[in-house]
Amino acid sequence: MTTTLVSPNLTVPEKAHYIADFELFNKNGATVAPAWVRQLRQKGFARFAEMNFPTMKDEEWKYTSVAPIVKVPFRLAVEYPSGVLAKTEIEGRFFGQPGWPRLVFVNGIFSRELSSISGLPKGVLVKSLGEALKENPELVEPYLGKYARLDDSIFAALGTAFLQDGAFVYLPTGVVLEKPAHLLFVSTAEKEATVVHPRILVVAEAGSRGTVIENHFGKSGQPYFSNVVTEIVVGEEASVEHYKLQREDENGFHIATTEVFQKRASRYAGFTLDAGAQLGRNTHRVVLDGPEVDCRLNGLYFAAGKQHIDNHTAIEHRFPNGKSFEVYKGIVDGRARAVYNGKVFVRQAAQKTDSKQTNKNLILSDLATVDTKPQLEIFADDVKCTHGATVGQLDESAIFYLTARGISRPNAARLLTFGFANDVLNHIELEPMRVELEAELLARLEASSVAK
Amino acid sequence: MLEIKNLRVAVGGKEILKGINLSVNAGEVHAVMGPNGSGKSTLAQVLAGHPTFQVIEGEVTYEGRNLLEMMPEDRAKEGVFMAFQYPVEIPGVSNAYFLRSAYNEIRKHRGEEELDAMEFLKLLRQRAKLMNIDESLLNRPVNEGFSGGEKKKNEVFQMAVLEPKLAILDETDSGLDIDALKVVAEGVNQLRRPERATVLITHYQRILNYITPDYVHVLVDGKIVRSGGKELALELEEKGYDWVREKEAVPAGA
Repeated sequence: MTTTLVSPNLTVPEKAHYIADFELFNKNGATVAPAWVRQLRQKGFARFAEMNFPTMKDEEWKYTSVAPIVKVPFRLAVEYPSGVLAKTEIEGRFFGQPGWPRLVFVNGIFSRELSSISGLPKGVLVKSLGEALKENPELVEPYLGKYARLDDSIFAALGTAFLQDGAFVYLPTGVVLEKPAHLLFVSTAEKEATVVHPRILVVAEAGSRGTVIENHFGKSGQPYFSNVVTEIVVGEEASVEHYKLQREDENGFHIATTEVFQKRASRYAGFTLDAGAQLGRNTHRVVLDGPEVDCRLNGLYFAAGKQHIDNHTAIEHRFPNGKSFEVYKGIVDGRARAVYNGKVFVRQAAQKTDSKQTNKNLILSDLATVDTKPQLEIFADDVKCTHGATVGQLDESAIFYLTARGISRPNAARLLTFGFANDVLNHIELEPMRVELEAELLARLEASSVAK
Repeated sequence: MLEIKNLRVAVGGKEILKGINLSVNAGEVHAVMGPNGSGKSTLAQVLAGHPTFQVIEGEVTYEGRNLLEMMPEDRAKEGVFMAFQYPVEIPGVSNAYFLRSAYNEIRKHRGEEELDAMEFLKLLRQRAKLMNIDESLLNRPVNEGFSGGEKKKNEVFQMAVLEPKLAILDETDSGLDIDALKVVAEGVNQLRRPERATVLITHYQRILNYITPDYVHVLVDGKIVRSGGKELALELEEKGYDWVREKEAVPAGA
């Protein structure tokens, strides 16, 4: 395996710190893992070695430069921080639901002390992936690394090279997990710029049902890079609701690769919130790998100041009678830039596909930018597919309507912006989540240029 | 209450209102009738403060104040209400939330205490019942997916909640079936009080079977060409707008 180390692409200086850390990582006793995991890491590292960081010449990164990430010598976070900060920071992150099973990770490392898992139905696992690798390899091995594509993402490859900890959620056949599994990832880079590679694996066996919340946030004095890889397998007739909240702080860089695989007659409802990070990118792919599949993908992003938020989604219909409905909305303020690219592929066999994709952006400042590209590739002939994208400012006729009822102009603008975003929040099925995000939306509007 | 003197208004450089004179006192209902393109809606929108229209000449006094200098929200807070001919859809904002925002801003302006969500909901339900409006309308996003009739009923419902002093209804009766028309008329009649006034802008005489106006004005080509009592509407219905046009020697098709 060491032969991969001499690949010419390794000599580039921006990879040096990752290479040095990978050697240390392999020697570190804490990272001991079964042989198949070590092989998976080596595979990830080999791909990382072969590939270059993307540039804006790459179609998939046309509007997003990762140069700000590449130029920082991020070191692997190995230390668990003092904990004081983390403890106070995670309180109030429970949606008023401290009873939900939760796993807390600080700088990518599982915190038993901050986590709380009890009352799970028989056979359900909500546990640290690090532990699951040792204790439940038979449940993890068939899935881990099988869905995250390493061929086209240097970040997924890098995350796989450093695969160590994260979350594992397992729903056995026919079991319903009523309470959402809440996964909190806190970053606190205290001394130097650090990188974490959280890994999430969700396996829902046939006929099971459950909800997973992926909650990322940071409180950091130093730049940090959160490189997340999530794999979700939804078995036949199973149903998974998945919320991904990105609220990194202004020092944070967030790159997430989410790969969802749906089997026959399954349901997946994904919701993505981007409210933080100076640079955030989600690559969210869903494969409808069986007939009669139902897929919902919704998202809301706020970009303000100098933030750069990029959402790339891809939904692939492979079998007949699939449904996919996608709505992403963004509010872009200040000098921020938002990017949306949504692809829907309908393969030849996927007759009777019903697909609708929408991206709408509200621009609140003259200096904000949006690049949106919905794409539809259809190879089947009997399908119903629509897509559309808009970029606009507040509707003056609506403002007049509201002011003519006595609502002041700033309040009218706030109300319209609220309505614009709330339209997506209304899709959220998990009530405490919807209530909290609604409140967060209102608080944000107070601070945005709309209120001025 | 409302005094319009020689009001001339243009949009995009084209003169639409060519010298309107109208005086409305508290307690009165005035019907302003006219054919398409006569300037009826322009009159309503100018009174509500729509920014598209340029006032060339004339003045509008509302309760002794220069209405034209007031912002649309200030007019509303002072009790002016226009029921829109084409109500706007506001996705993501429920009718109840929208109305509470408006209601409370008006209360605040009057120095009254704002109502919380529960108190306001009680008031809304009571008004909805009074107006024969389905409660499900309250939680739906403002006008989104409403039928034409529902939108117009919603305008009158808003009026019933906000209780304006001067209500201007801009063709609220257009395109309504007879049941919706009755609801709208009922709403207007319920708001009839000695201290309030209504300006009812309409193309058709039909709604005047349910609302008896004190005065009827006929607007043709940007001017009020005739004023009279309620019997003028019936005469108009019988003889058509061409009759007034001929009578006033206004060029046809203007």
